[in-house]
Amino acid sequence: MAQILEDLDYFSLDDLLTSEERMTRETVKQFVEREVLPEIETHFAAETFPLQLIPRMAELGFFGANMKGYGCAGMNNVAYGLIMQELEAGDSGLRSFASVQSALSMYAIYAFGSEEQKRRYLPQMAQGKLIGCFGLTEPDHGSDPAGMETRARRDGNGWVLNGTKRWITNGTIAGVAVVWARVDEGIAGFLVEKDKPGFTSRNINGKFSMRASITSELTFEDVRLTDSDRLPEARGLRAALACLTQARYGIAWGAIGAARSCYRTALEYVKSRKQFSRPLAGYQLVQNKLVTMLTEITKAQMVCLRLAHLKDQGKMRQEQVSFAKRNNVGWALEIARMARDMLGANGIVNEYPVIRHMLNLETVNTYEGTFDVHTLILGRDLTGLSAFD
Amino acid sequence: MKILVPFKRVPDPATTIRILPDGSGIATDNVKWVINPFDEIAIEEALRIKERLKTGEVVLMTIGQSNWQEQLRTGLAMGADRAKLIVTDKPLDTLTIARVIAKVVAEEQPRLVILGKQAIDDDSNQVGQMLAEILGWPQATFASKLEIEGDRCTVVREVDGGLETVAFPLPAVVTTDLRLNEPRYASLPGIMKARKKELKEIPIESLGLDLTPKLRVKELKAPPKRQAGRKVGSVQELVKLLHEEAKLI
Repeated sequence: MAQILEDLDYFSLDDLLTSEERMTRETVKQFVEREVLPEIETHFAAETFPLQLIPRMAELGFFGANMKGYGCAGMNNVAYGLIMQELEAGDSGLRSFASVQSALSMYAIYAFGSEEQKRRYLPQMAQGKLIGCFGLTEPDHGSDPAGMETRARRDGNGWVLNGTKRWITNGTIAGVAVVWARVDEGIAGFLVEKDKPGFTSRNINGKFSMRASITSELTFEDVRLTDSDRLPEARGLRAALACLTQARYGIAWGAIGAARSCYRTALEYVKSRKQFSRPLAGYQLVQNKLVTMLTEITKAQMVCLRLAHLKDQGKMRQEQVSFAKRNNVGWALEIARMARDMLGANGIVNEYPVIRHMLNLETVNTYEGTFDVHTLILGRDLTGLSAFD
Repeated sequence: MKILVPFKRVPDPATTIRILPDGSGIATDNVKWVINPFDEIAIEEALRIKERLKTGEVVLMTIGQSNWQEQLRTGLAMGADRAKLIVTDKPLDTLTIARVIAKVVAEEQPRLVILGKQAIDDDSNQVGQMLAEILGWPQATFASKLEIEGDRCTVVREVDGGLETVAFPLPAVVTTDLRLNEPRYASLPGIMKARKKELKEIPIESLGLDLTPKLRVKELKAPPKRQAGRKVGSVQELVKLLHEEAKLI
């Protein structure tokens, strides 16, 4: 029983995993323990991303792991989810990097690019030699991307791109940006390489969350593009949203990792910390918190595993992804706050990972569809009435 | 060069071990199983030799039940070429294990057998030595460095108070110490490739060996719980207790 609690597998879900899936999780877990955890607090403090981990993650096959061909590992969605879970047990910033590289940038090209674009970009991106970013959100358009102001104007055989994208992970280190822009017939996706004249980027600093992650603003001033820079199969906002569904899927898994790290830290702490001459773990209020954490993490695990199987069978609905993202991240944030509280004053210092996860999860709760927007998506699904457009 | 790496499946070092109430063994429900860490070092070394020489084959083997396949697949995912599982559900003693490995050596004809210096569960530290004896091959135990030049092997061994360098001709048996290398993780593409690699199950009975153990585990006991410390009033008292009670001075 002790082992179950250490591994946080209260309902033996491990038995439902294949040996390949377990092996994948083990690889990522070891990578995080040996190569991420020893230095993550330094990067969080300095507001820098551990760039040296990019070639390591590429070598181990983390980028585009659930895609087939083009140098990708070709794993199933359970394995992909477990990668995200273990990366986020390290830091949400690290998982964000992998999500943006894989589920947003590579997926946009994989699903909506031409064969030539796939061959040009995907192998380099899988090898971590080319970093991607995904420009959808704008300073004035977050939850309502349909209102975007970035525009691509037809000019002879080509395009002229103007606009600003904000809150873009990896923006300043990206070699290629997937940029969504308004065109005459609706919304289109473009691949903008970093050396295109008129394309500039800068970092957004002063964050209290996701400090070990690069967050940027992209500006396009009369950036000239050709038809071969356009994603031919990306027709309308639907394509951009399909990429978000992929990323949200990974986030739902990732949140479990962050929550698990907080739960474990809190459990260890309350067992050893004595107040009024007995361990905190012996108090009813503390036990209540631990049980809530265990229950919600276990439920989140079950939702993710089922979601993965549906995704592998091609039966996953985007509303189910909204359910999982909303529930898992919402609870991960709540669990992080509980753990922070249980650690008392120790909960605010970086000797423990809890405050870092808690601050990061504020971002995770907001990005890729806020908690409230996912509530409205589910509300629309239940009633047939949209409360947000 | 063909290298054979025999390994044992053991409980994860991070696992909390519980002994069965009757002392006959450990509780195995919910135990996470891994390749013995010293054997994992052996796999890594075999892969590095193959990479250095740019030729050769790394063959893994283990002796156990069918579900030990998972650990063999992990080794294949690290980069080994193929694997053999000698299937048995009987507990075997170290000499029998050495004899089983010797049978596989006779069939595979490797130039080198690398294995961990001991398994972290029973800490016997015997199989490598027994195997070398049965085969009549040179052996180098506790290797912290290994070099191969042509048909000769040089091993630096960790011995009490220093390092010893030994050189010997191949074929040979080498057992690994902790500092030989740091094993790689199985990469995701490696895990996918491992799917297609050969993993052969061989019933132990087909080897024609007498499997009756010469050694029997009679009982397992947990170490005694550590006693609480106590405070002494003065240096004099401490010295007196160390002399009279602890009998250390």
